[in-house]
Amino acid sequence: MTTELEFERPIRELKDKIAELQSFMKEKDIDLTEEITRLEEKLNNLENETYEHMKPWDRVQIARHAERPTTLDYISYLFTDFIELHGDRLFADDEAIVGGIAMYEDLPVTVIGHQRGKDTKENIRRNFGMPHPEGYRKALRLMKQAEKFNRPVICFLDTKGAYPGMSAEERGQSEAIARNLVEMAGLTVPIVCIVIGEGASGGALGIGVGNHVHMLENSWYSVITPEGAASILWKDATKAKLAAESLKITAPDVKELGIIDEVIEEVKGGAHRDPKEQAERINVVLKASLQELLKLSKEELVEQRYEKYKNMGQFTFVNDSIGVN
Amino acid sequence: MLKDFFSKNAKKKKYATIPTAKIKHDVPEGLMSKCPECKHIMYTKELKKNLLVCQSCGYHYPMNSYERINSLLDEGSFIEYDKEMISDNPLNFPGYLEKLEGDRKKTQLNEAVVTGEGTINDFPLVIAVMDSRFRMGSMGSVVGEKITRAIEKAVEKKLPFIIFTASGGARMQEGILSLMQMAKTSVALKRLSENGQLFISVMTHPTTGGVSASFASVGDYNFAEPGALIGFAGRRVIEQTIRQELPEDFQTAEFLFKHGQLDKVIKRSELKETLTKVLKIHAGGRE
Repeated sequence: MTTELEFERPIRELKDKIAELQSFMKEKDIDLTEEITRLEEKLNNLENETYEHMKPWDRVQIARHAERPTTLDYISYLFTDFIELHGDRLFADDEAIVGGIAMYEDLPVTVIGHQRGKDTKENIRRNFGMPHPEGYRKALRLMKQAEKFNRPVICFLDTKGAYPGMSAEERGQSEAIARNLVEMAGLTVPIVCIVIGEGASGGALGIGVGNHVHMLENSWYSVITPEGAASILWKDATKAKLAAESLKITAPDVKELGIIDEVIEEVKGGAHRDPKEQAERINVVLKASLQELLKLSKEELVEQRYEKYKNMGQFTFVNDSIGVN
Repeated sequence: MLKDFFSKNAKKKKYATIPTAKIKHDVPEGLMSKCPECKHIMYTKELKKNLLVCQSCGYHYPMNSYERINSLLDEGSFIEYDKEMISDNPLNFPGYLEKLEGDRKKTQLNEAVVTGEGTINDFPLVIAVMDSRFRMGSMGSVVGEKITRAIEKAVEKKLPFIIFTASGGARMQEGILSLMQMAKTSVALKRLSENGQLFISVMTHPTTGGVSASFASVGDYNFAEPGALIGFAGRRVIEQTIRQELPEDFQTAEFLFKHGQLDKVIKRSELKETLTKVLKIHAGGRE
C-alpha cells in the first residue's frame, strides 16, 4: 500500500468509510448500494478536487515521496541494454549520480541522473542523492564520451542539492558544477533534461543545461530548497511552506517563467501510484524532443542552447517600462 | 569559563574608543579607521592610499566596484556598459522592490555589478566588478544579464574578459531565474573560450554559492585576494550537516590554494602588475 501524505488524509478517511460500509453490507445482509454509490461519487470528486488544486507544498511532499520513481526506475522502463558506468577517473565513484549507455528503441544514448535511495541503507550509500564533485565529474566524463560517439544525452534531475560537506569543498564542488555548466553549453549532441523529483540549486543545474528541459507535474525546481530559502530569507526553516509558495517552484510556475519546455502530466495522485504509466508519459515527451533535436546540426544544437539560456531573466531600465529580455 | 566571559567583555569595553567597521564589507568612513582584524588604528586617507589594505596586518578591506576600477584601469579609459539596467520583481516577491530601492540609495549603484571596457597599462579589456554592498552582491537577472552582455562585447571586440567576483550567491527573491543566470553566463563564457579568448577570474571577499559554482571558478586563470572567503556551501550549513568543527582557514583563499583550486593568491599591491603580465603574455601570442 502507498504511504499517504498529510493532505491526502480526507481521501483515505472516505475510502475507509466505503470499505466499512461494504463489509457491513456483506455481514448484515443489508442493501447499502445507494449509500455506497453516493460515497464513491463523493470520493471521486474529492480526489479530483484534491489533486487538481494541489498547493505548492503538497507537490513538494509528492516530489519527496519515499516511493516516488527514481532515475534507475525510469531507466528500466524507457531504455534497453543499459550498462551502468562508474567513476570519475580522478577520485571515486559517486553513487549519488548514476550514468551509463543504453538503447532508446534503436537509438544509442547516454543516460545520467541523480539517484536517491529507496531505503535508509541505500540512501546512506547514495548520500540521499546529494552529489560530491566526483559525481559531477563522472557525469561530465560520460557526456564528453557521448559527444565523441555522437550519442544524445538524457539527464534526470532529482536532488536536494550538491552535498554541503568539507570534503566536497576541498575537492572543488564549485569548480565541478561550474565546469559542467560551461561544458554542457558547448556539447555538440542533443541534451534533454527532465526534472523527475526535486531540483535544487546548482546541484541540479550541474547536469541540467539542456536543449530541452521538461518537468514532471509534481516535481519542483528552484534556486534552493524551500527550507534553505526560508532559513536565508526569514532565518526560520519552518517557513518552508511559505517559501515554496513565494519562490514559484512548481512545474506550472517554472513553465510560466519561461524556464522549461513541457510539463509532463502525472498520473492521479503522483508518479508513485503507477510508475509504468508515468514512464510512458515521459516517453511521449522524450521521443518528441529527440525527434526535433536530432534534425539539428552540431552548430545548431550549440546555438539553440545559447539562445535558450540567453533569453532567461527579467529586468528593466531606469525611467523605462518593464522589459522581458 | 565564566571568568573568561567577563574578561572578554571587559576587554571589549576598554578598547572600544574608535569604532571598528561594523560589518567587514563596509568601507571605513571618517578620519581614523580601525582594522577589523588586528585593531590597528590608521588614518583613513593612508588606508585608501594603501589600496584599502591594513598597513599593519595586511587585511584586505573589501573594495567597491568603482574603487576597484579606479585602482586598476588607466585613468579616463573606463567606458561603462548598461548602467541604467535595474531589477524587476518577476516573482512579485514581497518587499523586494523596497530592498532594491534601499540599496540603490545606500550605494549609489543600480545593481550589484559594474561592467564596461578600458585599459590596464594600455592593454584593452572588458571588465566586470561585482559589489558586495548591493544585496550582498547576489546574482539575479540583472547581474546575469550585465555579465553576459559584457562577455558578448568581449567576443565582439576580441578582447580579454576579466571579472572580480564578490557575491553571496544567487539572489533568492528571483528564484529559478537567478539560478538560470549561472547557465546564461556559462553559455556566453563557452563561446568566449571557443574563440580562444582570455578569461581571468579574480575572486574577492566573499565569493560563494551560485557565483562560486559558475563563472568565478572557470577562469583560464583563477586568482584570489588574500583572506577572501570562497566556497560553495555556507560554513553554518556545512557544520550542521557534518556536525564537526571546521578548520579556521576553511574556505579562505589560502585554503582553496592549498587544495589546488587557485592558480595564485595575489596581494592587492601586486595585482595590477600581475594582471599586466598576464595580458602582455596573451597579447604576444602567435597568430
